[in-house]
Amino acid sequence: MNGADHQLSDLEQHLLNDFQRDMPLSATPFADMARQLGVTEETVIASMQLLQENGYISRIGPVFRPNRIGVSTLAAMSVPEHELEPVAHIISAFPEVNHNYEREHEYNLWFVVTAANEEQLNIVLHDIELQTQYSLMSLPMLEDYFIDLGFELKWAYKHA
Amino acid sequence: MNPGDYALIKCVEHGLPICHRPYAKIASQLNVTEQEVIERIQQLITTGVIKRYGVVVRHKELGYHANGMVVWDIADDKVDELGTCIGRYACVTLSYHRPRHLPQWPYNLFTMVHGSNREEVKQKVTEIVEKCGLQSINHNILFSTRRFKQRGASYTQDSHCNSKQSNPHGHKNRLHLVKSEKMSINNATEYT
Repeated sequence: MNGADHQLSDLEQHLLNDFQRDMPLSATPFADMARQLGVTEETVIASMQLLQENGYISRIGPVFRPNRIGVSTLAAMSVPEHELEPVAHIISAFPEVNHNYEREHEYNLWFVVTAANEEQLNIVLHDIELQTQYSLMSLPMLEDYFIDLGFELKWAYKHA
Repeated sequence: MNPGDYALIKCVEHGLPICHRPYAKIASQLNVTEQEVIERIQQLITTGVIKRYGVVVRHKELGYHANGMVVWDIADDKVDELGTCIGRYACVTLSYHRPRHLPQWPYNLFTMVHGSNREEVKQKVTEIVEKCGLQSINHNILFSTRRFKQRGASYTQDSHCNSKQSNPHGHKNRLHLVKSEKMSINNATEYT
C-alpha cells in the first residue's frame, strides 16, 4: 500500500471520514469506533496504524485553536529558485516550523512558525533570517473565521 | 491552561498512540491517572482550546492534489463578514484575517482551497466569488508546488513525552520523507 496506488477499502474510508470530529473520548476510543463500524478493535487499530504509516492520516488527536496555547505566525520569503531548496531545508529543520511550502509567487516560500510566546517567536524569526540570510515577512493571524468541522472526503477523487 | 497542561499537550500534539488504551499510556508517562487525562482533554475541548478532536487527514495523499492559498484584499470593515462567508465552503480549510504588508503585500484575508486539480480549485474560487459577492475584490491564488514540511504544530519544545516511541512508523519518519518531496507542477494527476 503506497500513496495513490492504494485502493481504500470501505472500512478505511469510514475511518478517515467518520471520526474527524467528536471522536469518542473514552478510555478505549478504537473499541468505540469498532463497535460503531461493526468490526473488531484489532482491525480498527491495525487499519489506523497503516493509514498513518502511509501518510493518509497526519495524526489522531487535537487540533488546537490558534493562539490559545503559544503564538504562531505565517511567514513568507522571496528566495531565488536556485537557492530555494537549501533555504527551505534550513527552515524545515527548525522544530518551531510545522508547515513549509513553496508557492508560485514572488514570495515563493511560505511557512508557519509556532512558539510558546511572542518573545520566543521573535527570536526564532530572527534566527531564521540570520541562518538563511533572507528577510521574511511575518503575517500573524488577527482573526480566525473558520469553523473546523473536519474535511469531508469525496472518494471519486482518490485516483484522480 | 494550568502548568500540567503543557506536559499533556506535549503528549498529544503529534497524535494519540494508536493502541487499546491510549490515554492510559499517556497517563503513565505523566504520572497521573487515565481518567485525569481524559477529563483534562474534555475540558480543553469544552473551553475551546482544542478546536477539533479526531482524525486529521492529509489532503494531498487523499487525492486533493491542488492546494491554493487564496489571498484577498478586502476593506477592513468588510473582512469579518466576507471571511466568515468564505470560511463556510466545504472545500475551504482556513479563513484567517492577517495584516497587510504594504506596499509589497496588499492582501489581508487568507483562505485555503483544496481540489483534485488546479482547474477545480479555480472553479471553486469562481463559485465563492459569486456566492459571497466578491467580484470587485482583488484576489490571487498561490498554488503550492513543493511541500517541504507538514505536521502538527509543536507548542512545547522543552518538556518530554515518550509517546512517539510507541509508534515507530509515526510522524517522525513521515516528516523525514516529506522534507524534500518533489511535487509536479505540470501534471494534474501528480501530487501538487
